[in-house]
Amino acid sequence: MATVVQAVRMALHVGEAQLGVTDIFGEDVGPPLGGVFTATQGLKTAWSSPLDERGIVGAAMGLALAGQKPVAEIQFCDYAFNTIDLLKLAGNTYWSCAGDWNVPMTLMTPVGAGIHGSLYHSHSFDAQATRIPGWKIVMPSNPRDAYGLLLSAIADPNPVMVLLPKALMRARAETPDELIPGEPEDAKELRNRIDAPVGERASWEPDWPDTALELIPLGEATILREGSDVTVVTYGRLARVAMKASDVLREQEGIRAEVIDLRSLHPYDWPAIEASVRKTGRVLFLNEDTEITNFGEHLLRRTCEEIFGELRVAPRLHAGAHLPGVGLADALENASVPMLDSTLDAIRELARAPEVGRSMRDVGIVTKKKPTFDFTLDPRELEAQVITRSVFGRSVRYR
Amino acid sequence: MTDMSADVSPSRPPRAPADQPRLPKERLLRIHELMLEGRVLEERLIRMQRQGEGYFWIGGPGEEAFNTCLGLLVKKGQGIDHDYLHLHYRSSATLLAMGAPSIDALRQMHNTKTDPYSQGRNFVGHFSKRAWNVVPITSPIEVQYSIAIGTGLAQRRHGGDSLTIVQGGDAGTAEGDFATCLVWASRPNAELPMLIIVTNNQWGISTAACTQHGEERIADRGKAFGMRTAVCDGNDPEAAWHAISEAMEYVRTERKPFVLEAHVSRLYGHSSSSGSNYVSEELDCVIELEKKLDRRGWRSLEESKQMRAELEAKMQGWYKQVLGEPKPTGKDAFDFVFADRNYVGES
Repeated sequence: MATVVQAVRMALHVGEAQLGVTDIFGEDVGPPLGGVFTATQGLKTAWSSPLDERGIVGAAMGLALAGQKPVAEIQFCDYAFNTIDLLKLAGNTYWSCAGDWNVPMTLMTPVGAGIHGSLYHSHSFDAQATRIPGWKIVMPSNPRDAYGLLLSAIADPNPVMVLLPKALMRARAETPDELIPGEPEDAKELRNRIDAPVGERASWEPDWPDTALELIPLGEATILREGSDVTVVTYGRLARVAMKASDVLREQEGIRAEVIDLRSLHPYDWPAIEASVRKTGRVLFLNEDTEITNFGEHLLRRTCEEIFGELRVAPRLHAGAHLPGVGLADALENASVPMLDSTLDAIRELARAPEVGRSMRDVGIVTKKKPTFDFTLDPRELEAQVITRSVFGRSVRYR
Repeated sequence: MTDMSADVSPSRPPRAPADQPRLPKERLLRIHELMLEGRVLEERLIRMQRQGEGYFWIGGPGEEAFNTCLGLLVKKGQGIDHDYLHLHYRSSATLLAMGAPSIDALRQMHNTKTDPYSQGRNFVGHFSKRAWNVVPITSPIEVQYSIAIGTGLAQRRHGGDSLTIVQGGDAGTAEGDFATCLVWASRPNAELPMLIIVTNNQWGISTAACTQHGEERIADRGKAFGMRTAVCDGNDPEAAWHAISEAMEYVRTERKPFVLEAHVSRLYGHSSSSGSNYVSEELDCVIELEKKLDRRGWRSLEESKQMRAELEAKMQGWYKQVLGEPKPTGKDAFDFVFADRNYVGES
């Protein structure tokens, strides 16, 4: 039974063996360390680079342009901020040259709080990453998703960013569904086979289990808990927190929260969100990036614009406080980012909030056709569309 | 290798020595034709911008001698067995020398749908041609130095004699990506087959290099990394040809990096934002070559003048053709976001 970091390592091995990965590189990525989280131990194509994030991103882009299959690592996303213009470039290359060159690179980086990482080992990157068009962005919350999403990232012909929650690096499968097909169920056996021994490692070679090439489609969410009272849309570390909160509230207070783990932030699974909100009428968007210009704000805005009539209460965002950093001391970290207690409160308050007068779905708001920003819809068709909603007796015309 | 850098200082750009080896007549005449076409093209592009037929001009008048030689010396083709080119927005003469038609640059200036480099998305001079390993040129002045190390890494592993060419201006060397390139290209036992070119026109937009840079020669920075370096007169095609040839030969065979600093002119300023007027104080490589060809009796000044007139007439015809070509529509903005599925644009 693999941890998330072992799942990453096994995916990279399968990537090398079956998907043609040529380079796994970054700071301390090669032997003997194999990455600060050991995500790259024992891999044939792993090598250590200079401590130069711009060089790492640039080299990955160049390798991809030269037909190689690179997986680059930024050791902590906190150190990726000086690469933003290169990330923009990787995202706009295919578009800028009208399809002449694509950039099939994978960039993985640990993100988020929860390990007492203080200011420069606690940053989130999802708000920043989702603001860079042309990238696909994924963020797993368990070993199997880490494995399958990383393999999909490697197989993809576009730049794909894999955000790995630091706090979950040692997390294991909590259900049989989260086991990687083909992995030994015994954690000790797996450790003995693929974890580098302490001390002399020069002659050590991993004994990789025969795990399947399982690709989790980018853009598909998963429902971690089914429920009918309130929807929680989340990802990464907070997917696990939301599961726990959902279990506690179900047992102790009879609140049935549905937990959606987005897994892919771009493209993202709007139909899954929409279907759940239509069912519950109450939705909480939960992530730990700072709350101003937050990805959850986009989802909340889209919810208001497109399925406002399905809401029974105002939708909510529970995110990181807009603070300059995540403080080291327990109390400071807990006050900075959502934790279990604050998540319990947020779900409870949403579930118990009185409906706004009559249900909004009963006041005559009718969405005749999905409006813009549906990635399954051709925006070009929308030029011909005029969608009219009757909102509180007034006719609103918009595209 | 000829050391052309002995008496160089920032205040005195290098000039080709009197005993500069000559190129064969036919080759130099061909270089002249290409340089002239490059100049006529750039002057047409400037005029188009002034006439409102394009929004912005930036380009390479003054770099024709060096860039034409570079384009002719490239091992051209697609894939790892050919040279990769990470160029900058003053590289039109390189593309023409490689065989790109002038009309395509006019298309990019007029942002037509027929622009093969960006379909109307990007500024003129922002070439992209995968069939020739020309990586998309971007507006930032430094990013190519970081990206180029990736194609260099691939070519080091692959072997053979192909190389990675990366080119930028002197001002761009102040950015960290230039240092990134020097560090990554010279890792011990992992040196990269890269020709690192700085075309030094001694200007960064309106700021003189001598007011910002204390280093005597930019190429000297390569020496700290154990690299071979040279400085050449980029305004003289014969000096440029030999400097590029020797640097390329070293990189192709030794599989190690080489820093080549070429002193060039900037004859129409930084871009249309600074007026794009002819700068008569700077050396004009086309005029200098025409004088040289006349002195040698290989092509008279009158013949060169006639050739320019013919090229201008051709350019006028292409320009008129481009004006009638279709522009992209708003719908086209949604194409090419992703290479597999068009998540934004598809139905």
